This record gives sequence, structure tokens and C-alpha cells, in this order.
Amino acid sequence: MDIDFILKVLPFYGAATWVTLTLAFYGVLFSLIVGTICAVINFYKIPVLRRIVYAYVEMGRNTPLMIQLFFLYFALPRLGIMIDGKHCAIIGLTFLGGAYMSEAIRSGLSAVGRIQVETGMSLGFGKLKLLRYIIMPQAVAVALPVIAATTIFLMKETSVVSIVAMQDLVYLAKDLLKEGHSAESNFLLVVSYLIIILPVSLVFSYLERRSRFAGFGS
Amino acid sequence: MEQSKIEIKLLKDEKSEDDGIDSESRKKGSDPKSGDQPDGQGEEKFILRIKNLVKSYGERLVLNGISLDLRPADVLVLVGPSGCGKSTLLRCLNGLEPINSGDIELDGELITTGDIKWTEIRQKIGMVFQSYELFPHLTVIENILLGPRKVQGRKKEDVLPEANSWLERVGLLDRADAYPRQLSGGQKQRVAIVRALTMQPKIMLFDEVTASLDPEMVREVLDVILELATQGLTMLIVTHEMAFARAVADQVIFLDKGVIVEASPPEKFFNNPDSDRARKFLNVFEFNEIHKVQSL
Amino acid sequence: MLDSALNVLTSGRNFSRLMDGLGITLWISFVSVGLSIVLGIPAGLLMASKSKIWNFILRIYLEFIRIMPILVLLFLFYYSLSQAFEVNLSPFFVSVLVFTLWGVAEMSDLVRSAVTSIPVHQRESGRALGLTEIQINFHIIIPQAVRRLLPGVINLATRMIKTTPFVFFINMPDLMKVGQQIVEVSGIRDPMASVWVYGFIFLIYFIICYPVSLFSRYLEGRWQSA
Repeated sequence: MDIDFILKVLPFYGAATWVTLTLAFYGVLFSLIVGTICAVINFYKIPVLRRIVYAYVEMGRNTPLMIQLFFLYFALPRLGIMIDGKHCAIIGLTFLGGAYMSEAIRSGLSAVGRIQVETGMSLGFGKLKLLRYIIMPQAVAVALPVIAATTIFLMKETSVVSIVAMQDLVYLAKDLLKEGHSAESNFLLVVSYLIIILPVSLVFSYLERRSRFAGFGS
Repeated sequence: MEQSKIEIKLLKDEKSEDDGIDSESRKKGSDPKSGDQPDGQGEEKFILRIKNLVKSYGERLVLNGISLDLRPADVLVLVGPSGCGKSTLLRCLNGLEPINSGDIELDGELITTGDIKWTEIRQKIGMVFQSYELFPHLTVIENILLGPRKVQGRKKEDVLPEANSWLERVGLLDRADAYPRQLSGGQKQRVAIVRALTMQPKIMLFDEVTASLDPEMVREVLDVILELATQGLTMLIVTHEMAFARAVADQVIFLDKGVIVEASPPEKFFNNPDSDRARKFLNVFEFNEIHKVQSL
Repeated sequence: MLDSALNVLTSGRNFSRLMDGLGITLWISFVSVGLSIVLGIPAGLLMASKSKIWNFILRIYLEFIRIMPILVLLFLFYYSLSQAFEVNLSPFFVSVLVFTLWGVAEMSDLVRSAVTSIPVHQRESGRALGLTEIQINFHIIIPQAVRRLLPGVINLATRMIKTTPFVFFINMPDLMKVGQQIVEVSGIRDPMASVWVYGFIFLIYFIICYPVSLFSRYLEGRWQSA
């Protein structure tokens, strides 16, 4: 391996890692928000909205991110909607991730027993307070493994954003591959993704173990 | 402590094939003030009045014209075969089940018609369920404080002494920081009672609170309820523990097939019930001696 | 509108090219799922066994595959492997190789958890009834393991189908690539081409994956309650 080359391109990898990280951060954050809203609509069986949520979740879960991004970036402008690459990437990740997170949180919510809900109601909790203080904390704990897996899945999915002209890690590696430094650029690509995703993976498995052993579930 | 007074009006159930329904009006104790008042008028105060409550699940009639009244410090025990509608009655009272018709008056306020604010009404009704459902993500003390703080908006430092004193009375002060999964069933159920009490309800509803407990834990929970009775708390209790019912009740209400078949003071109900159905029901709890056949 | 859509999708060989692309997409998924099942079962049984070394090695492998984006693995094998061994690997070969590596990892984990999730008393009850170990495996353990496994396997298959567009990056003429080529050509005459072509591909993926995911959920529901 060509160490000089590696040192030369290292700053570029730093910048590209930052692009990947930023997109992943916003993607996961908005996915959690969208997913929570969808799951709650589902939980309270809000008419009409729940049908829309169902259609959205199934569309998001059953189509690849790449075609979602292609449509956002190349097709929507033809319909008069222009969105730049960065926002396309975040919207695409949210569209995909929101659907997955909704399913994750829904499974957590359905694990909270009917009697927990009734106990809360009988103490005078209204719908929103019930959700916030009693149902959600339990649901999130149950859904944590799936939320963790979805988070890592979304971080990995960011690898396709170069198709909407984002200069992320894959974009950079592809660029350098053209110049022939395949081993070095791929090595740095792998290392960069390890640096991004490994800590997240470790934190989640720590949290899961903690909530399983010291947590409140039985 | 003022002796409690009970008057139960029974509604004759026309549809019932059983004619053993008694109308009984009975006074217990001697409260000179309201002794001769007709119920529902004058200064007579009721915590809970149920008039002609009807509830059905689809075609199936579960409660068919239930009427009863509770004055302050009354302890009513509902007994009856499973599926007779006892638990459903309790659930109707705090709106967990919608009712078909009838009136429920809580603390002088009609809660069956108009714009019903259940979140406010439920604060006046403490309910404890059969399955000891504490919130598993919160410690004992957090379980107790959650309602007063988040629903009633009281300050932690105001509620805490009250919560602690209740915990002490049920013998669980040292478990305040434990999580529910670290407690036994009996302990959890005592915490559930304290949690309901700390909301300062006007009336407590107990729905077979010992039914899922191991036998050796039943006593500790029932003792707590007995003590509450001596404190003058108004309670409506559904139970299968007949000895407990006898000890705690001012009046035993026997429910069968959705109607009140009999309402009597405990001594009468358990020794000499008026109705055949009650007698049959009570027989279930007794065993005859068996005679072993000599093997050949 | 509809004219424009039909025109773009059916003009020339566009439609049959799209179907060819779809064929490649499905073929890659099919071969990879098949290989993953065949290789994943023994790997999973190894993980479920008490062999510490195998367990450790497979664990590391599984974690690495789980952390790396499939796209990175495709790059790694397509560009670096061919260079290192000075062979020319076809995009199809690399695609199937990478998807199988991923599939084996996932499959082995599914097998491991399916096997270990069967309570010990199931085997013990079998023994108590006087069944032989072989009878126990065939009548008690395997049927239960398969039931636990099948929804996960179907799920894995749909995930693979949804991940196949990544092969676009290593010049595989899959559905996405064909779509892009058609848009490039037809887009000159009809600016709405991208809407129709990408919309159509979106629909194709949905039509394939949605029924499969419904079926998987149906199995999960039925077997969980049983």
C-alpha cells in the first residue's frame, strides 16, 4: 500500500465522512420523528390518517432507497419540484427510515399491555400524557433492538447518496478508483465506515444488554 | 369513627325467571342525623349513586338494571359467579366500558350524560385491578408520584410525605426505590393500592385484587383493605374471598346474570341468604367430607 | 399524459429491456438467497454448537458484514479483489458473491436463534415419551425451528431484492441501470421520461415486495399464535 497516497487523501476522507455522518444524523433523527408520529396514529387508530400511514409505511418498506432517490432527484423536477441533492438525500432517508421506524415503534407499542393503558386511564391520565409518561417509555425500551438495527441500516443506506451528487465516502472512493489506487481507496472506505458505524453498534448493544439485565422488564 | 349507614334499593328484574329477588331496605348503625331521610333527598350525601345501569356486549346483556347507592364510608362487597358482571360494573363506573343506559352520579355529579371529562372523574375514583399492573419502567415511589404530579399537577415535595406515610402503613417504605419486578405479587398489589390512594379519591374500586396472587400473599393485601375500611374509606369491592367479604362488608351484594339478586348485611348473607341462587353459590365454597372406597 | 407514459415505456425495445433488467435483479436475488440458505444452515448450526472458536470466528464475520454497507463490499470485491488476484471478475459474479456473504451471515444468525430458542424441555419431553434422538429431531425440533425460521428467511429475501439496485454501481445492467439508460435516451424527446420510468420501477419493486412481506407477516402471526 502506498502510505504517501493515503496521507495525501486522508483529509478528503475526513470531509466525506462528515458528509456521510451529517446525512445519517438527519436521516435517523427525522425517521424517528416520522416513525413515532405514524406509530401513534396507528396506536390510537385515528380514522383516515391510519390508512394514509399504512399506505406510506408499506411503500417505504417495500421499495429500495435508490429508486426513491432517483424519483426525488430526477423525476420530481419534471413535475416542477426542484430539490437539491442534500435535501433529496435527507428526504429519501426519512421516507425510507420513517416507515421502518414506524414498524419498530409500533411493535413496541403493541407490547405494552392493555391493562397498563387502563391503569393509566383509571389514574386520570389523558391520551397524550398516557403516551408520554406510561406507554412510550415502555414501548421504546421494547423496540430498542429494532430501532438500533434500523439506525444502523439507515447509516449503511447513506452509501448510495452519491447518485444524487452528494460527495460522500463512496463518491470519493469511486473518484480515486478511477485514478487506479484501488487498494488504498477501498481500505480507507472500509476504515471510515468502521469508524462511523462500529461505535454506534457498540453503544446500542451496551444499551440493549443493560435494559435486558438491569432494566425493568421481566 | 362514625358508623356507616347503608341503604340499598333493589330493582326488580322483570326479565328474570327467578322470583327470589328481595327488596330490602336496611339500616345499620345509628346515625341520628340522616336516619329517617328518604334516600337522595335532603342533606343525605351520596358518594356514588347508580340507577338502572344497563350494559351489553352486542347481543349479550351483562348488566341488566343495576341500582345501588354508596354513602361516605360505606363498604360494599360484590360477589357472584364468574361472568355475572361484577367486574364489568366496576369498569363502567370509571368509563373503561361505555354503558347502554342508566345514570351514574359521582359525588353529586352526573357522569353519564353531557360532556364527560373522564380524566377529571377518574381522579376521584381509585381503581385497583386483578393483575397487579405497576408501571414497570418506574420505581415504587415513582409509580405512586406519577399521577399526582403529572395529572393533578401537585408538587413532588407536597405529595412525597403523603406517599411515604401510605407506604409505611402498608409496610413497604423500605421498598420505595425498588422496581416492580423486584417485588412479590402481594407487594406489587399493595403498591397499586397506595398509588390509587395517593390520588386522594372519593371512592376506591377493588376488582378481584387477590385473584392472581399466590395464597400466602392474599392476606397481606386484604389486611390493607381491612384497615382502609376502619379508616372510613368508601369502597366497592369485587372479591372471591368469602371470609374477607364477611369481615369487611357493610353490605354484601350478590350479583347473578347481570342483576342484583340479593343484598344483605354479611351475617345474614352468609348464614341465611334469602335467595336460592345465593345459597347455591355459597355452597361452591364448601366441601363435604369424602368417604374413601375400600380397595379390594 | 398517459400517451407520454405508454410511449416512453413501450417505444423501441424499452419495455423488454426493463424486463431484462428486472430478470437480472431477480436472478441475482434468487441465486444469492438459495446459496445463503444452503451455506447458512450449517454455519448457524456451528454457531449454536458449543464450539467456542467457531462461534468467535462466525461472530466476527457476522458483525463485520452487518456493519459494512453492501455497496462498500461490492466495491471491495469488484475493484480490489480483481486487482489483488489479477483476475477479471464479472459484475454478476461479484454481486452474487457479496449478496451470498451477506445472506450467509444473516441466515446463520436466524438458524442459531431458531435452534437455541427451542426450550430444552421440548427435547426432554420427547425423551420422557421414549422417542429416540432422531425421532425427537425430526418430529419435534426441526418442525419448530422451521416455523421460527421461515418468516425470517422470507424477510431476508425481500431485503435482498430491495438491495439489488446497489449492483448499479458496479455496472451491472439491472433494472436501475436500464432505467437510467432509457431516461437518458428518451429524455431528450420527452422530458417526462424520468417520471414514467422511475415511477414504473418504483411500482415494480413495490408489486414484488409487498405481497411477499404480507405473506411473511401472515406466517409470523399464524405461527406465533399457534
